[in-house]
Amino acid sequence: MKELVIALVGQPNVGKSMLINSIANARLHVGNFSGVTVEKAEVSFVFHEHAIKIIDLPGTYSLNDYTQDEKVTKDFLENEHYDLIMNVVDATNLERNLFLTNQLLELDKKMIVALNMMDEAHKEGICIDHEQLSSILGVPCIKVSAATKRGIGKLINRTIDISHFPHEKAKLIYSDVVEEEIENLSSFLQEKNYKSDFSYREISVRLLKEEPKMYQKMHDEPIWIVMLPRIRDALNHLYLHYDTKDSAEIFAEENAAFAKGAVIETVSHKKSISRSVTEKIDALLIHKFFGIPIFIILMWALFQLTFTLGSIPMDWIDAFFVSLGNYAKTIFGNGELGSMIADGAISGVGAVIMFLPNIVILFLGIALLETTGYMARVAFLLDGFFHRFGLHGKSFIPLVTGFGCSVPAYMSARTLKNNKDRLITLFIIGFMSCGAKLPVYVLFAGAFFGKESAGNVLFLIYISGAFIGLFAAKFLKLFVFKGADEPFVMEMPKYRLPSLKLIWHTVVTKAIMYLRKAGTFILGASLLVWFASNYPKYPSIEAEYAQKIAMAQTNAEKVHLQNEQAKILLEKSYLGVVGKSTDVLFEPIGFDWKMTIAIESGLAAKEVVVSTLGVLYALGSNVDEQNESLLSEISKQIPLASAVSFIIFVMFYLPCMAASIVFAKETGSYKYLGYLVIFTTAISWGLAFIGYRITLLL
Amino acid sequence: MRTLSEMNAGELCVVKSINADGELKQRLFSFGLRRGSHLQVKATSIAKSTIEIEIGTTLLALRYEEAQRIGVENV
Repeated sequence: MKELVIALVGQPNVGKSMLINSIANARLHVGNFSGVTVEKAEVSFVFHEHAIKIIDLPGTYSLNDYTQDEKVTKDFLENEHYDLIMNVVDATNLERNLFLTNQLLELDKKMIVALNMMDEAHKEGICIDHEQLSSILGVPCIKVSAATKRGIGKLINRTIDISHFPHEKAKLIYSDVVEEEIENLSSFLQEKNYKSDFSYREISVRLLKEEPKMYQKMHDEPIWIVMLPRIRDALNHLYLHYDTKDSAEIFAEENAAFAKGAVIETVSHKKSISRSVTEKIDALLIHKFFGIPIFIILMWALFQLTFTLGSIPMDWIDAFFVSLGNYAKTIFGNGELGSMIADGAISGVGAVIMFLPNIVILFLGIALLETTGYMARVAFLLDGFFHRFGLHGKSFIPLVTGFGCSVPAYMSARTLKNNKDRLITLFIIGFMSCGAKLPVYVLFAGAFFGKESAGNVLFLIYISGAFIGLFAAKFLKLFVFKGADEPFVMEMPKYRLPSLKLIWHTVVTKAIMYLRKAGTFILGASLLVWFASNYPKYPSIEAEYAQKIAMAQTNAEKVHLQNEQAKILLEKSYLGVVGKSTDVLFEPIGFDWKMTIAIESGLAAKEVVVSTLGVLYALGSNVDEQNESLLSEISKQIPLASAVSFIIFVMFYLPCMAASIVFAKETGSYKYLGYLVIFTTAISWGLAFIGYRITLLL
Repeated sequence: MRTLSEMNAGELCVVKSINADGELKQRLFSFGLRRGSHLQVKATSIAKSTIEIEIGTTLLALRYEEAQRIGVENV
């Protein structure tokens, strides 16, 4: 059974990902903001004994190299193997969508057009004569609605039909002026009886489009000498007629005129709608003065929700892991195996799963912002502000995503066209504190500022991190990545109610990704930290303390001795040795060797910072940022100034291993990762030093 | 001739010239913004740093600098 490969192409915000979801029930990230599907996503399924593979290409307004996404799509369509193009168009915005359709027709491949969002078009009173449109375009057009799943079956059936029939060349008709020149050149080639693999029409069109490749090819032909004046005449005629010397502009105008003509012939409005919903909402949300305050309130609400609502299931998860740890000890005993499983694995991973509720709520919020179309408004509102810091309104999206996780944030920076704008954004994403840093903040804010003000302290941490990121961006723009700005031309998509299924898919995918990280990286790191902190063993010290404890008179003395023993054993462990040998570097910013180790282990994953602190400060107990005993241990053992310094360092230092690798991939070079290491270390150390000294003076 | 950047919210105008190079021009074309297109300024952000316009059924956001490159006439 041969697989049918379909390239799914469409402009941004036409519901491409939702359509793929309706067809194949696949898990794909969908957003209303231009270019969310950055990665090439594929779905394979079987439909009535036909194997079908759909490749979801990034949304593109036209086949240009304007953004990286568009380049990906263009390159794929021109160079990769696929059987047919499925062009998804927004039925409520047909004219603009046909601009791309027209360019796709020029690729000369089998094609089917899915007129998506017909349900919305109906509501707006738009009628489309799809049969007429099919005959104008020369390819079948099918009415569908991804949201209501109407016409999906028909779409696939027709797609399979087309794949069985031989391909018919679509003939694009241009305006009379252009057609005349095509005819002139073609008839000349005819007269000369020129031999070629291409049709005379195609050669003529491509010469008139001033395609370098065709010129190179024809340049080597004997016919060139006599043909050249004719081409020159033809072009001059077109230049004159269109009042421009840019052939790209001429053909864009041709393309647009064709799209307009097609719309006039096939679309009728039954009723005129007075003022659309989008306009009404925009009147408020992008209001000159209320817009930004509304946005800030929404963001603040999201953060509050994340922490207050998130803390409820946290308690349940906490209780679960405590009992699981105890249960593990009853099975594996109090010996080394039991300790490894309960104190190493379960407490480490438990600390991570603990804040899964927070992650889910935050990602839910971000997914809602994206799919409703609000993100683009935010970019509109904030560009004036961001531009001042050498960033782009669109930088906002990666930066906000950075509050969730740096990995998708780095990837979403691809919407930025200008390489320098993108690099600056990539460099400061790490300053937007990711979800994994949250437990560290919750722990320290809880330990040093009390439960009542912890929420405000958290908000302050996040905001100040973001602002310092902005100043760092300005610095980079002024001294490192100098150069011209990226033009800001962006569609503001219609407001749409998000599809619950899509939001669900997005959030579940994120949650699974996060848990997978917990099961691998963090489990491994927890075990490593446990091992390094428990070995090598010193039986003589243990025996000495066992004797002392047995001779102790009071309980308080016993506890004191036990703690002293634990501390001495830790200092002599592998972990202690590593921490002590590097803590000179962190001494000026007030870290002891335990904090040094926690910071260093955080390079693997930020979640590990808290679990390491747990193992180091409250050995043997279950560890998470809500843990009362860890909370009190930390507030007892760490001075306030060191805690402030620690928080600041965590805010700005290098992202986790996984994120760093993605960063290197997105910047295109490990050289930049080297720069990132230097950049973040310098800033985090410097600011932590300042924070430490100031707090000491207070 | 006035430029789009001088227009205020609510004004209707027709595009007379686009002073942009290759890629930006192509981008504007793909949104339906070309010589002769009619558009309406829908909103501006603080200090006019960004301008929202409507062309046909498309809502488009431009920065002040890009709007300066678009010559328009009131209709």
